[in-house]
Amino acid sequence: MEIIFFYLVALVAVVSGFLVIRCQSPINSGLGLVNTFFCLAIFYVMLHAPFMAAVQIMVYAGAIMVLILFVIMLLNLGAEARHRYTKGIVWSSIASLMILANVIFFIKRGRVTGAEGDITAFAVESFGHTELIGKAIFTEFLLPFEIASILLLVAIVGAVVLAKKEV
Amino acid sequence: MISVYHYMTVSAILFALGTYGVLTRRNAIVIFMCIELMLNSVNLTFIALSSHLQSMDGQIFVMFVMVVAAAEAAVGLALMITFYRNRDSIDVDDMNLLKL
Repeated sequence: MEIIFFYLVALVAVVSGFLVIRCQSPINSGLGLVNTFFCLAIFYVMLHAPFMAAVQIMVYAGAIMVLILFVIMLLNLGAEARHRYTKGIVWSSIASLMILANVIFFIKRGRVTGAEGDITAFAVESFGHTELIGKAIFTEFLLPFEIASILLLVAIVGAVVLAKKEV
Repeated sequence: MISVYHYMTVSAILFALGTYGVLTRRNAIVIFMCIELMLNSVNLTFIALSSHLQSMDGQIFVMFVMVVAAAEAAVGLALMITFYRNRDSIDVDDMNLLKL
């Protein structure tokens, strides 16, 4: 039963990802991308990471995609010209198919092994995923967390400076 | 039963789709969305492996990837607005100032 659900969500995710790269209008690409984000959030729930699913929906589907759609509508972009780059399409499909074959070859060939930790599905259910992530991020990963906050501050200032006046 | 390899295969397909989009599209915002698609497929790999190995480190890393993606979205879209003001277009073929 679960595997049927998995294949259904995977199919929707891949078809939406295909729409992102095939739609001529950028708005349609953006809506396909939102669909892919929701499918990935479903995957995160199935992988016992409900907090990451909530963050995925709020940050990606909520904030980043609204920003992108806002810019598309602000610039009033239409469909792009489609008759150029035929040679480029052949070569880039060869390149991306090679990447896909390479990765799938290693997935089929290799075995995922490693030291197993203590964050089991039972621990996530009893403690709560948010509490476990909070403990990890404020003790073990405190310095990267602070660096990430400085990075966000720099990005805010940079975006305002770039978009404010004529450059 | 769903194994970690299923998730990694889906992630590989999404990554290849994103690569194809980056290489073939000419609209800069669509290229940007394809980059977001690739980042998300890597996030799926991270979370699948962290759930498989029962460790929290991969999920913390996904959080930092999201922070970098948000910063990239803000600065990248500001750059595109600036470029559109100067050139009245957002086609990557028009970004040719460094060409000989």
